[in-house]
Amino acid sequence: MSEERKPGFNTLAIHAGAQPDASTGARVTPIYQTTSFVFDDVDHAAALFNLETFGNIYSRIMNPTQAVLEERLAALEGGTAALAVASGHAAQAVVFHTLLEPGDEFIAARQLYGGSVNQFGQAFAKFDWTVKWADTTDAESFRAAVTPKTRAIFVESVANPGGIITDLEAISAVAREARVPLIVDNTLATPYLTKPKEYGADIIVHSLTKFLGGHGNSIGGAIVDCGTFDWMGSGRYPSLTAPCPSYHGMILGETFGNFAFAIACRVLGLRDLGPAISPMNAFLILTGVETLPLRMQRHCDNAVQVAEWLSGHDQIAWVNYAGLPENEFYGLAQRYCPAGAGSVFTFGLKGGYEAGIALVSNVQLFSHLANIGDTRSLIIHPASTTHRQLADDQRERAGAGADVVRLSIGLEDVDDIIADLDQALAAV
Amino acid sequence: MDHDNYSDAYIRDILVRHRAIATVGASPKPSRPSYFVMKYLLTKGFDVIPVNPGHASSTILDQHVFATLGDIAKPVDIVDIFRNASAVLAVTHEAIRIGAKVVWMQLGVRNDEAARLAEIAGLKVVMNRCPKIEYGRLSGEIGWAGVNSRMLSSKRPLLGSGGGQQRALRKED
Repeated sequence: MSEERKPGFNTLAIHAGAQPDASTGARVTPIYQTTSFVFDDVDHAAALFNLETFGNIYSRIMNPTQAVLEERLAALEGGTAALAVASGHAAQAVVFHTLLEPGDEFIAARQLYGGSVNQFGQAFAKFDWTVKWADTTDAESFRAAVTPKTRAIFVESVANPGGIITDLEAISAVAREARVPLIVDNTLATPYLTKPKEYGADIIVHSLTKFLGGHGNSIGGAIVDCGTFDWMGSGRYPSLTAPCPSYHGMILGETFGNFAFAIACRVLGLRDLGPAISPMNAFLILTGVETLPLRMQRHCDNAVQVAEWLSGHDQIAWVNYAGLPENEFYGLAQRYCPAGAGSVFTFGLKGGYEAGIALVSNVQLFSHLANIGDTRSLIIHPASTTHRQLADDQRERAGAGADVVRLSIGLEDVDDIIADLDQALAAV
Repeated sequence: MDHDNYSDAYIRDILVRHRAIATVGASPKPSRPSYFVMKYLLTKGFDVIPVNPGHASSTILDQHVFATLGDIAKPVDIVDIFRNASAVLAVTHEAIRIGAKVVWMQLGVRNDEAARLAEIAGLKVVMNRCPKIEYGRLSGEIGWAGVNSRMLSSKRPLLGSGGGQQRALRKED
C-alpha cells in the first residue's frame, strides 16, 4: 500500500503482520507446529541468544504463528509491539513480573473480573507484590491510594461483569501524576470498540479467549506495549533500566526504545515463567481476529436489543447495560465506545438467588458456562460460579450479588436469543 | 523534511542505495547498542567502519577502528552517530567535509541544528532512529519479535543470503 495511506481497522484486522509465507508462498499464516528452529550457523545462534539479531529460537519464547498474532494485535491497538501468551492471567503475571520487585505496590480497580481479584490479592502476595484496591468509578480513589511504592495502575476499560465503563482519561491523569504506567485490560471492549492508548494507557492486556478469538475454542492472552512510557527517564523499573545479567549486561530500555517493555516481557517474563501460547491456539485466535469488526458490531447490536427486552420484563428487577440510555454509564459509553457497549452485561432477578439458579437451568439455546465472548450466547449466575470464592462484600462490590445473572450475547438471530430467555423465565 | 515522521520509502531508499556506513562512537562492548547494530548490519552486507578515538587502530567485530571520520581513506555513504546530541554538530561538520551522503542519528539522539546544516549541504538526515530496527521493520524480520512493523504487504518477503532466518530489502515493496 502507498506510504501516506493509513489502513483502516478492518484492513488491519485481516492483513497486519501477515505476509505470504517466505518459503512456500502460503497465503494464510501457517501453523508452525514446532518446538525449535535450526540456526544458520554457530554465529547466528550466538547472535539470537544475545538478542543481537531478529529470529526464532524456541517456541517457549517466540514462534512465527504467534508473531503474526502479536503484530496484528499491536497494530489494532495502535501499539509498538505485543506479546501473546497462554492466557489472560498469564499476560497479567508476565506484566507485573516485568514491572514489580518484591515490596512494590500497584493500584487496581476493585470491580475487576473475579479471577483477577484472586490473582492480584492472593497469588501475587506470595511474590510480595501488594495490590491496593480503588473504585473504578472514582479517579480520586486511585489518587488517594498512591504511595512512594506504587509502580502501576490497573483497570478494565469495560468492567466484567459490572457493566461499568471506566473513565480512562481521568485515571490516566492520576497515573501520569504518579509517574507510573496505566495498564488497561481491554478484553470486553476489544480495540474495535475502544482504543485505550488514545486515552492514556501505556500497557494493554487481553484475554484473547474472549472476543478477539471469538469462537470459544482457544485460551490465550496478550500484552500490548503502547510505547508511551519513559522507562529510562523513570529509573524505577530495573527489569528495563538495569544491566541485565542474563544478556551480558544489556540495558533493555536503552536498546529497544519504545518497544522495550514488550521485549522485556518476552525475554525475561515469558522466558523464565514459561506461559507460552501454542502455535495452534495462536492460529485459531488469528483466524478469529480477521472477523473481529463484523462480529463485535453484531454482538453489540444483538446485546442492546436483548437488554431492552429484559428491561421491559416483569420478572426483571434491573438491567445493567451501558448501552441503554437510562444507564448511569451511558454517557461514558457514548464517549469511549460509541459503536456499542459490548455484549456482556448483567441483570437482576426479582426472585433472587433461587431464580438465578432456575434460569440457568431452564435455558436451551444459551450455554451455561464460565466464559464470555463466544459466537454462542452464554449465561452464568456469578454468585454460584465465577465469583463464589469471593466474600459476600467482595461479590457485591464486583457487581456479582446473589440475584445477578450475566449474559454474553452471541451472534445468533436476536429473535431466537430473546425467545430462549422468554421461555426460560416463564419456567422460573 | 518532517523529522518526526519519515516515510518508509525515504528510509528504504537510504538502506538499499548505500553500503559504506561509519559508526561514530562505536563500542567494543557486546552489551552496547552500537556493537550489535554493527553486527547486524555486517550480516546484511554493509561495509561497517567503526570510528572511536579511544579504540583507534584496534578492531571491533574484525573491522579496523578509525580515530576520526577524516582518517577513513575510502568513501563513506552513511555516518551513523552513537553520541550525545551535543557531540552531533561537530560530527556532522566532518561528515559533510568527507562527502558522506547521509547523517543518521541513533535512537534517542536528535540535533536539529546539525540536521539543517547537513540538509543545506545536500545530505539526507535521519534522527532518533536505529538502522537495525528500520532494516528489521522494512524487511519484516522485526515482526518475529512481535513488533508492529506498520507495513502491509501481500507479496512474499524477500529471503536474504546466508541462511533461512534472513530477510532482505526490496527496492520497492
